[in-house]
Amino acid sequence: MAQFQLPKNSRYTEGKSWPKPANSNRMQEFRIYRWNPDDGQNPKIDTYYVDRDDCGPMVLDALIWIKNNVDPTLTFRRSCREGICGSCAMNIMGVNTLACTLGIDDCQTDSVKIYPLPHMPVLKDLVPDLTSFFAQHASIEPWLQTETAEPEREWRQTPEERQKLDGLYECILCACCTTSCPSYWWNGDRFLGPAALLQAYRWLIDSRDENTGERLDNLHDPFRLYRCHTIMNCANTCPKGLNPAKAIAEIKKMMVARVI
Amino acid sequence: MADNRADTRVSMRTPLARVKGLGASGHGVEHWWLHRLTAVSNVPLVIAFVIIVAALAASPSYEGAVSVVSHPLVAIILILALISVTNHMRLGMQIVVEDYIHHKGQKIALTMLNNFYSVIIAVAGIFAILKISLGRILL
Repeated sequence: MAQFQLPKNSRYTEGKSWPKPANSNRMQEFRIYRWNPDDGQNPKIDTYYVDRDDCGPMVLDALIWIKNNVDPTLTFRRSCREGICGSCAMNIMGVNTLACTLGIDDCQTDSVKIYPLPHMPVLKDLVPDLTSFFAQHASIEPWLQTETAEPEREWRQTPEERQKLDGLYECILCACCTTSCPSYWWNGDRFLGPAALLQAYRWLIDSRDENTGERLDNLHDPFRLYRCHTIMNCANTCPKGLNPAKAIAEIKKMMVARVI
Repeated sequence: MADNRADTRVSMRTPLARVKGLGASGHGVEHWWLHRLTAVSNVPLVIAFVIIVAALAASPSYEGAVSVVSHPLVAIILILALISVTNHMRLGMQIVVEDYIHHKGQKIALTMLNNFYSVIIAVAGIFAILKISLGRILL
């Protein structure tokens, strides 16, 4: 049966309240999920206070501020700080998004709550284990596959054919969509999830690719593809504004087009 | 967390090998398509079914009910509705089992139960309609 409650060792308790910054006129509270694999304890929710006058506008700025000024043990992934690397994906105020593109003001709350991406094994604090997620991406073979002898210059496509990749190529594999999907929560070991399927469609619809049939064969499975029930959490949560649910629906249409 | 992926402490299979598993089964599109097909056929058939049942309720005499169900058009619509609805029910329930039941034994048992139940409902219903509508000819 699908589990609706966290196992005992994953249930969080109240954590430490860290000291407030001295002489701050604009203070913002953050409630952040902490878990250390080495101390054998349950996860905790720590409370931090950030001096907004000394900190950048984004949630990621606040996390970095906390790490620099309050608690150097706070662990999270980040790199580009402009929404293109996908490293700082986390669950902020109940929604999976990138900490670097979400403004603290946009949270519109006295207390910003930050958790790791849902339903993934946690390595430490806000860092989820994405091994399986990236293996699923690899399994759809995300590269151009051709049999025709390579042309002397690039593989050509018309502007219309190129346009079909818009809304697909922008995916940065941050895993916000996949970890927001209940079907992925229940069957993440067999269902490929919205991110991998959006990438699969990106290659299925690429006019230059010659392995469309084999790609469809690879997805034709009750679990790999058909666990998607158009719940649409993926489209709601995507920080890049993409629509994986639509891409999956297009794959299902291609499947039917092969048999009818 | 309800993470039923292979435990890295007891298996050294690569992540890709685990994701690929037993490979794509090559099934799913028939199930998906038949579910849509029966969804569409359910619309007129269930509306007709409701009208027929309402008509039966309006004439509560036994002979009246038998003569309504005996009408070939009514009997055919009722049989079609039964086939469409029980198939749709079977396909839908199978999706629920696949989604939520992860224990292998339970999954097989519930899949069997679902198929048996749907077929029994369909056969019993069709038999009843045939018995009523053909009863007067056969007797």
